[in-house]
Amino acid sequence: MTRTFGMATGAFAVALVSTVAWAAGQYSPGASDTEIKIGNTMPYSGPASSYGIIGKTDAAYFSMINDQGGINGRKINFISRDDSYSPPKTVEQVRQLVEQDQVLLMFNTLGTPPNTAIQGYLNDNKVPQLFVATGANKWNDPKHFPWTMPWFPNYGIEAHIYANYILKNLPDAKIAVLYQNDDFGKDYLNGLRAGLGPKADKMIVATQSYETTDPTVDSQIVALQGSGADVLMTAAIPKFAAQAIRKVYDIGWRPTHLLSSVSNSVGTALKPAGLEKSVGIISATYYRDPTDPQWQDTPQLKEWLAFMNNHGLSGSVTDSQAVVGYSYAQTMVAVLKNCGDNLTRDNIMKQAASLHNFTLPMLLPGITLNTSADDFQPMKQMQLEKFDGTTWKLFGTVMGSGS
Amino acid sequence: MTQESTATARVSAAAAGPPSLVTWQWTAAAALVAFAAALPLGVSNYHVFELTMVMIYAIAVLGLNILTGYNGQISLGHGGFFAAGAYTAAILMHRYGVPYWATLPPAALICFVLGLLFGLPALRFEGPYLALVTLAMAVAMPQMLKYFDTWTGGQQGINLVKVQPPVALGIGRDVWLYLFVLAVLVIAMRIAANILHGRTGRAFVAIRDHPIAAAAMGIHTARYKTLAFGISTLFTGVAGALSAIVIGFVAPESFGLFLSLSFLVGSAIGGIATIPGAIVGGLFIEFVPNFANDISDAAPWAVYGLAMLLFMYAMPRGVVGSVGHWLTWSKQKFL
Amino acid sequence: MHQFLQQTFSGLGAGAIYASLALALVMIYRATDLVNFAQGEMAMFSTYIAWTLVNAGLPFWAAFFITLFISFAGGMAIERIVIRPVESAPVLSAVVVTLGLLLIFNATAGWIYTYTLQEFPSPFPDRPLFGALMTTRDLGVIAVTLAMLALLFVFFRFTSTGLAMRAAAQNPESARLCGVRVGRMLAIGWGLAAAIGAIAGIMVAPVLFLDPNMMSGVLLYAFTGALLGGITSPVGAVVGGLIVGVTENLVGTYLIPSQLKLTVALGLIILVLVFKPNGLFGTAIVRRV
Repeated sequence: MTRTFGMATGAFAVALVSTVAWAAGQYSPGASDTEIKIGNTMPYSGPASSYGIIGKTDAAYFSMINDQGGINGRKINFISRDDSYSPPKTVEQVRQLVEQDQVLLMFNTLGTPPNTAIQGYLNDNKVPQLFVATGANKWNDPKHFPWTMPWFPNYGIEAHIYANYILKNLPDAKIAVLYQNDDFGKDYLNGLRAGLGPKADKMIVATQSYETTDPTVDSQIVALQGSGADVLMTAAIPKFAAQAIRKVYDIGWRPTHLLSSVSNSVGTALKPAGLEKSVGIISATYYRDPTDPQWQDTPQLKEWLAFMNNHGLSGSVTDSQAVVGYSYAQTMVAVLKNCGDNLTRDNIMKQAASLHNFTLPMLLPGITLNTSADDFQPMKQMQLEKFDGTTWKLFGTVMGSGS
Repeated sequence: MTQESTATARVSAAAAGPPSLVTWQWTAAAALVAFAAALPLGVSNYHVFELTMVMIYAIAVLGLNILTGYNGQISLGHGGFFAAGAYTAAILMHRYGVPYWATLPPAALICFVLGLLFGLPALRFEGPYLALVTLAMAVAMPQMLKYFDTWTGGQQGINLVKVQPPVALGIGRDVWLYLFVLAVLVIAMRIAANILHGRTGRAFVAIRDHPIAAAAMGIHTARYKTLAFGISTLFTGVAGALSAIVIGFVAPESFGLFLSLSFLVGSAIGGIATIPGAIVGGLFIEFVPNFANDISDAAPWAVYGLAMLLFMYAMPRGVVGSVGHWLTWSKQKFL
Repeated sequence: MHQFLQQTFSGLGAGAIYASLALALVMIYRATDLVNFAQGEMAMFSTYIAWTLVNAGLPFWAAFFITLFISFAGGMAIERIVIRPVESAPVLSAVVVTLGLLLIFNATAGWIYTYTLQEFPSPFPDRPLFGALMTTRDLGVIAVTLAMLALLFVFFRFTSTGLAMRAAAQNPESARLCGVRVGRMLAIGWGLAAAIGAIAGIMVAPVLFLDPNMMSGVLLYAFTGALLGGITSPVGAVVGGLIVGVTENLVGTYLIPSQLKLTVALGLIILVLVFKPNGLFGTAIVRRV
């Protein structure tokens, strides 16, 4: 009898221990006691390759976290693949990441067409599609796509802010728009239209588009000037924004120039255009431009700079997309930390949808991330700023609701 | 055998009509198809998906082989015809609820007509000029797709409902699509073989090699060249339609200039004037970028470019072309 | 009227950019009967070399001439090592090889220099001319392109190397029999084309800004311009490039919305080619039976 009792106790003990060990971590594929596998696709080649720095910064940040011990003792295995901004390629890479590499979640996948191509697949397979790097308006839809979450304020929000500014300060304006002929540019145009409401048709007097394969946008700028507009909104990537700013100045046109946040970096866009030619430009932003003199002595910028230089990214310290990547990665790390030992996909989505007044060092003071079960848009605030020839001067208040 | 006697032998063999395959060739082909059909049983869904893409690219490259390999008209624009087929299928499925398998004939027809329309003015051009004209097609297509957005969905593209496999077969979607595309590939290769080994094919080759002599012999050069264009774009258009069905999404970004260049590269590497070379081309287009990524994730496209160079040095006629060449050469030398 | 003048001058400025690269394309075609799809990327890479030198502290003109020398040598080396093996192979193999080169140069530049936009100094000051219709910089690009054209013209017409090169391209066998070292001519041809490309890149980088994809769009227009003018004619290359620039601008302003600009501009040019299938200044290829 002692023997049976002993065996029973032993069996019970084993069962107890294994349940405890089991409860030590709940995992979906891609997570374990030692590892968290994160999947990503980025355009490291092709016409959108200037965004590739975001993926590189993600990788560097995760590697830094690993050096510091990882997240709750687990190392991040960040697998990033090139999709050249081509949706069929994105589908292929994502399927490989999910089915072959067995990643826990997809993080920071870039581009509206690529993300559209994989959204159905990821939601059908209940794989988190977190913090997508696109500003399209459609990602905040937890009812239909409960596994997809955007991150930065979308282009529509930004264009609305510009529209409100125009309506308030320049109610009789005649507006010209230069936009990239893809979802990014069109989102701005449509957002501006929506923000101007019934006055849109009267106020927008000319629009000109360009392709990323066009060498210059000089012709478009000349045509826009010919429309007699006195306000210009430019929805372009840095290369073309710089050309536009320069041409506007060179032909003697002095409109109120509203510039997309994607291209407002002092180092990457304004300096090539010519700082003196960029005076008076207005933009909206949610993060700190690393080339702007006003942040140079702040501890946050110094920390970011040290991070960049220590991880082989010193060639990109003027690239504001690197600040964006840094902040994306910090958000991901925070969410994963909050998951503790419950690294199931369900819990990850739950934690991602539970951000309250979450701040990041390289965001503007006053901007917070907030999510809830029916609001998947973490950032909704931006602030307007005007360029004075040396630095961006923030004005007004942080706009958009925090919660 | 001397050069002359081989030539005579070829002419008389050709004069005898299209070659019927010898029994062992039939068995070999059937075995290959059976093997291909059974392949999904042993591989994961993801690999099945990859192989489906290989076959789709193979059909597209086959179209290009017909035009550039057998008829000598260079095309840098087949990505545009691929896009036309893809969008035809997408619009029919999305707007008109046409079942996926029924979109292939319309896509084929529309791309055939498009090819004929293109082939007519292309008659005026040769060499780099023809390259430019076809290049213009590849470059203009994404622009036009974005512009006519009521039909094409513009930059948002068209998201398609996923194909459901027939329940009775009890297989997954990936395997079903694989078999579907395999069937289309086999049919496509058979049709291509019939055309290319028959009168039309011989006319194509004659026009490619000696256009003046061909015309002097009574071959209606203009008609055959235009026909070559149409047939070629028909094949590539069907491949495009299949790609829309398999990927489930079309957008202008899917069909950039690089796609057209990839087809040309795949064609050259497989063997421009061969039919099986198309499959090698498809394998190259699908797998080499991934291998390149594994080798160097700093500059994978440099590795891809290097692979292109090495293939061309080692096998300037393409893999299948060079193998065929060596076989003929060794037969001549040693038999 | 003012708009028309503005667009035309803008077009001339852009056209000069296309013309300068088109000259390099024509150079290679005349020397080796090949279209070099990697021309734009080679020019971009040369520009990055110049940029590195300038950043290291060298004065602009020193960097310029050193880059020219490196590009010339590099072009010759590429012809010898990369192109020579496929010279006797079917044309398509050579096309694939140049496409491979394109990818290699583009990816290597992206890897070494990242994809961040860079500024590039210009030897020309940036002042408005003709009442803001043009800047001195645009005029500089046009002037340099015309200068290169003149030099090329003199080279092909009046020097013995130029003559030998034309012979080597037209009829390599006969040229060899006449004592022309065909291989060396081909290499020199590529070297010169690379040097022209380097000049084009350096002239253009201040205007377009330097990044690995700087020349990708330009190559298409340069190719179009070269063919419009006649792929064998340097004068045609320049005229073609300028026409492409101006047409594109005027079409986009007056004829159709900007979203179809590229399509319609290409369509019009092809229409011209239908009537002149060898380009405006090109010579017809006479075929012997």
